[in-house]
Amino acid sequence: MRYLDEYRDPALARTLLAELCATATRPWTLMEVCGGQTHTLVRQGIDELLPAGMRMVHGPGCPVCVTPLQAIDRAIAIAARPGVIFTSFGDMLRVPGSERDLLGVKASGGDVRVVYSPLDAVRLAVAEPGRPVVFFAVGFETTAPANAMAVLEAARLGLDNFSMLVSHVLVPPAMTAILESEHNEVQGFLAAGHVCAVMGWRAYEPLAAKYRTPIVVTGFEPLDLLEGILLAVRQLETSRCEVENQYARAVLRDGNTAAQHAMAEVFAVATRYWRGIGSIPDSGLVLAERYAAFDAERRFDVDGLDAAEDPRCIAGAILRGSAVPTECGAYGTACTPRHPLGAPMVSTEGTCAAFHLAGRSR
Amino acid sequence: MTTDPLTATCPLPRTDTDAVLMGHGAGGRLFAELLDTVIGPIIGADPVAEDAAVVAVDGVGVVVSTDSFVVTPHDFPGGDIGSLAVHGTVNDVAMRGARPVALTLAYIVEEGFPVADLARITASAACAAAGAGVAIVTGDTKVVERGGADGIYINTTGIGELLPGAVVTAAGADPGDAVLVSGPVGRHGAAVMAAREGFAFDLRSDSCALNTMVEDMITAAGRDVHVLRDATRGGIAAVLNELAFASGVGIAIDESAVAVPDQVAAICDVLGIDPFHLACEGTLVAVVAPDAADDVLTAMRARPEGRGAHRIGVVTNTHVGRVTARTALGATRIVDMPLGEQLPRIC
Repeated sequence: MRYLDEYRDPALARTLLAELCATATRPWTLMEVCGGQTHTLVRQGIDELLPAGMRMVHGPGCPVCVTPLQAIDRAIAIAARPGVIFTSFGDMLRVPGSERDLLGVKASGGDVRVVYSPLDAVRLAVAEPGRPVVFFAVGFETTAPANAMAVLEAARLGLDNFSMLVSHVLVPPAMTAILESEHNEVQGFLAAGHVCAVMGWRAYEPLAAKYRTPIVVTGFEPLDLLEGILLAVRQLETSRCEVENQYARAVLRDGNTAAQHAMAEVFAVATRYWRGIGSIPDSGLVLAERYAAFDAERRFDVDGLDAAEDPRCIAGAILRGSAVPTECGAYGTACTPRHPLGAPMVSTEGTCAAFHLAGRSR
Repeated sequence: MTTDPLTATCPLPRTDTDAVLMGHGAGGRLFAELLDTVIGPIIGADPVAEDAAVVAVDGVGVVVSTDSFVVTPHDFPGGDIGSLAVHGTVNDVAMRGARPVALTLAYIVEEGFPVADLARITASAACAAAGAGVAIVTGDTKVVERGGADGIYINTTGIGELLPGAVVTAAGADPGDAVLVSGPVGRHGAAVMAAREGFAFDLRSDSCALNTMVEDMITAAGRDVHVLRDATRGGIAAVLNELAFASGVGIAIDESAVAVPDQVAAICDVLGIDPFHLACEGTLVAVVAPDAADDVLTAMRARPEGRGAHRIGVVTNTHVGRVTARTALGATRIVDMPLGEQLPRIC
């Protein structure tokens, strides 16, 4: 396939790997910001082929994971209302809320539909004028412009049955939080290429300078990642800390200004809670006051619905390795694989579930 | 309270549920759980990963299999629900090393469904059965109220006789065996998805009967053909995982040896789906003794449905129950069992 196969060529990949091995003299630690980049690294096994000691730390750029429990619970509450058509990108349907997930709402009769574009949800609202249509707007700067366009389109059409549940997050504040962390070991970043295609990279320039950390705007194909890693390592080896653009075929320094204008028109920056991380100032987007009529939280009166991870769950300590599941008061009693209180008991690969399935008792 | 962002992890999907989800019908881990914890224990049967059962009738091995078809849309490039219902069950019978002999054809039709469509689907099923050399010998038609079904659902049951010399079972893979696939993967799932979403892709389902090719394979290699599976729901990822588990072996494939058509790769890239998880309806995975691999490949390639047959990997005695793939860059990754739903109702 043109524009893809060129960036997957195994022979070129081996050349880049050889050059990387020849360049790296120390065990550098880099973070790829975006979940799409993590996917390519792991799927192609690139992380295994890096020079000895070199490490890739996986970043917070998975919108599914960082969407707060509260937003999932609000989505579930809205989707369960009679008459509502709740639309979402497919991967949000499996994310666990406090009690269940959106697939569970669908199984109990809720009209939950997967769409591939927020404009599909707008079209649905036109086709079903008697029913409220809600779109679950999650993701980073990448998905925000299309979601902004959907609101603008709904406003243009004068739709009164379309609304959006917004839980957008922004990348630069998350990178700042990582760089400010006392445990930070990340020495260089591969910035998310698609986020930068929208936003450009000016916002990263002060970060690179202040924290003396190379940031390479990087694409998503195997050769993109290898080249991004090589550029970051070259900077580290020569004590440079700049923003470089590996993804030149898609990204300009100023980004896509038309998309930025749409976002600025429809959304306002706000403090946002990140699941698993906590509250980060100015790290999210909400609907601007002039588009409040399209705000599903207000329309369905769920903005008072709070949710918190169960306080009995010590998942944080489990995940950091500072406690084992059998030291948890809820383990095996209030918390079991069938009724988990926290993420490590949910999947069979979670630490708590693994202990439980192996029959270990408190 | 803010947790250190470097220790944050993903909330994992739930697998516990009190209600049946679409994902339970997708042939992945959710279905396996339902079979192991609910259906299997009640029936009292050992839930083994076979597409068809061998039943002794008066000392003769009879192979029987049943399958229901709920695909939407009813028509897709390369087939329709009628032909698919025949191919699916014919292939399930054939995957035990059997010659399918007879089929039943049962409809559940929604009130208001056009008779002309019913006739067209029936003609398509009849044509597919004739093409596979299998007789449709009995059937049933039930009508449910409007809203009680999505137009039409079809169940087919097939019986067949074991081919002379065939000993084919999901538990039959031995370390050292060659892993073969009969053609490019993912075509049915991608074609149905493209039809459903209105994508203009030049892509046809691979839906076809595999029984004649299976007879030729057994003729060529007899009991050296150890495992046969058509890579339907869950794609080759699910099939390889199932047989690794059932046989108590590991499987190592070479990712770049698996042919994925450009159109399938493109649609997977657009939608973020793994082509190894996409259903095939006329493509099988075979595990054969290493010395017989070339003869079996020759027999497969002599048939139009096996023209693209190729070797994709080897059975190992390491990493038992796991499937690994050597990536194009020379690294190794795990090929996991799909969890549940890739797409709603693909077969």
